Amino acid sequence: MAEPLLSEDRTSEVMTVNMGPHHPATHGVLRLVVDLEGEVVRDLKPVIGYVHTGIEKSCEDKSYWKVIPFVERMDYVSYFFQMEAFCGAVERLIELEIPERAKHLRVIFLELNRIHSHLVWLGTTALDLGAISMLWYCFRDRDRILDLFEMATGQRMHTRYFQVGGVIEDIPRGFEAKLREFIRDMPVRVEQYQALLDRNEVFLSRTKNTGIVSRERLLELGVTGPLLRAAGEPWDLRKAFDYLSYPEFDFKIPVGTVGDNYDRYRVRVAEMVESVRIIEQALDGLPEGPYIADDRKYVLPPRSELSTSMESLIHHFKLVTEGYRVPPSEIYYAIESPRGELGCFVLADGSAKPARVHFRDASFVNLQAFRDMAVDSYIADMICSLGMLDPILGGVDR
Amino acid sequence: MPDAPGLELIRGEIEAAHPGAVLDTGFAQDRAVLSIDPAHLIAVLTWLREAPGQEYKFLSSLHAADYLPASPRFAVHYELLNRDRVERIRVKALLDDPGEDTLPELDSCVSLFPTANFQEREVFDFFGIVFNGHPELTRILLPDDYVGWPQRRDFPVGGEPVTFTYNEKNYG
Repeated sequence: MAEPLLSEDRTSEVMTVNMGPHHPATHGVLRLVVDLEGEVVRDLKPVIGYVHTGIEKSCEDKSYWKVIPFVERMDYVSYFFQMEAFCGAVERLIELEIPERAKHLRVIFLELNRIHSHLVWLGTTALDLGAISMLWYCFRDRDRILDLFEMATGQRMHTRYFQVGGVIEDIPRGFEAKLREFIRDMPVRVEQYQALLDRNEVFLSRTKNTGIVSRERLLELGVTGPLLRAAGEPWDLRKAFDYLSYPEFDFKIPVGTVGDNYDRYRVRVAEMVESVRIIEQALDGLPEGPYIADDRKYVLPPRSELSTSMESLIHHFKLVTEGYRVPPSEIYYAIESPRGELGCFVLADGSAKPARVHFRDASFVNLQAFRDMAVDSYIADMICSLGMLDPILGGVDR
Repeated sequence: MPDAPGLELIRGEIEAAHPGAVLDTGFAQDRAVLSIDPAHLIAVLTWLREAPGQEYKFLSSLHAADYLPASPRFAVHYELLNRDRVERIRVKALLDDPGEDTLPELDSCVSLFPTANFQEREVFDFFGIVFNGHPELTRILLPDDYVGWPQRRDFPVGGEPVTFTYNEKNYG
């Protein structure tokens, strides 16, 4: 007798499916090996490394000031944060105090970058869930931020604006007015986004009660940033540690209660509004004075001095050709990036090039929680959870 | 962050339970640093995590550095954090280079800190430091068939063979 075509076993069979690395919903070159039982994810393993470019190794061959554009290209959505992590680490190694105005300017650009990063996240994740119009709205506002970056730094992305000692140039005339216009509009825009999504049946049923991971498990897995805060843990390095001029500003840490995908969305959206508040305060209290430290051993002299002062010319020549030497030491400096704790480890061996630059990238560590978020849920919820995890694969692979 | 006397107290308590575990203490850029013998790594990390008054329950970062030409050559850094007191402490496990084809070995702390999983794989991938007891110690960012440990200081830069050989094979 012939075997029946569909044995009973076939209906409950576990099938291993490969997703990616070029799947549009993986937000980059992420490959997922997924064990599926019907439509339910039973196991999953992220495979990474497809955009590994050896940035950390390349940095060992560059003088300190030339490392800045390299590290910017790791997490290509939050480039100002990479710059701050690296410049802040080096400034602490050489014990260089940066002027108050530079601190405020850095905060302004970091928070603008945070809004930018969250807008990219909101647009693409809503797109994954079928809300196509969100992408256009979010990218409209993102473009205004990029315009501001371009106005102040000359570049829309990868600006190389932060320097060891401060920022490379003061903000131009007209920037403040344009920025004020933006921070006036942004809270209204956020309300509009919430109005679009918060009462959308499809969005709600796909995000509520999906991808829940307990706060204890997230902490074990080293997860930080909005993911951890959505689970109810008010942990934010901007409040916990004292860096730049964050202690001067009044802002709240949005937290969730359940820790599902909906809370992750709410926390990030609320963070955008808080960032606007920080920018407003930093702009109101923007002190006059130098925007970069005056230590000629580490900071380029003003261009205008080069034709009149021999000493400036020598300093300029030394800084551009050899760079500055950093005394042997090591440091781990962590800041709060849009995705969590972004740490920069720099080992200096006394030469003009770092002996090791390592980034503790938040996406890289957070990605470990993805299995817990997705196992035993539907494959559609897995896509939603991945979007809410918000990994940037450039940062994961470095 | 523990101050200098606090760090010495920590050292004393660890030494009492595990003689020879702590090799050195110090401060690097205002960060308390415990340099330890890798044989006692898990004992020290467990103590820092569990002992009342310590409770460094969060592993912020795990990374390695090559201190060539110093000896011991490698160090694996554990950046521990107590979130209630907002205190950080760094544990450095110092590892000698056994030389030739033998790889330096260290106990894995994945059972203690599950977050170390990816980060230990990354250290293995780039430095060739083997973590005993790791659930899946394979290369993570580099291809599986890659040869060499590129973040070591004596790894030659440049001269990488080109992987895409279509033109070379057909027209070279």
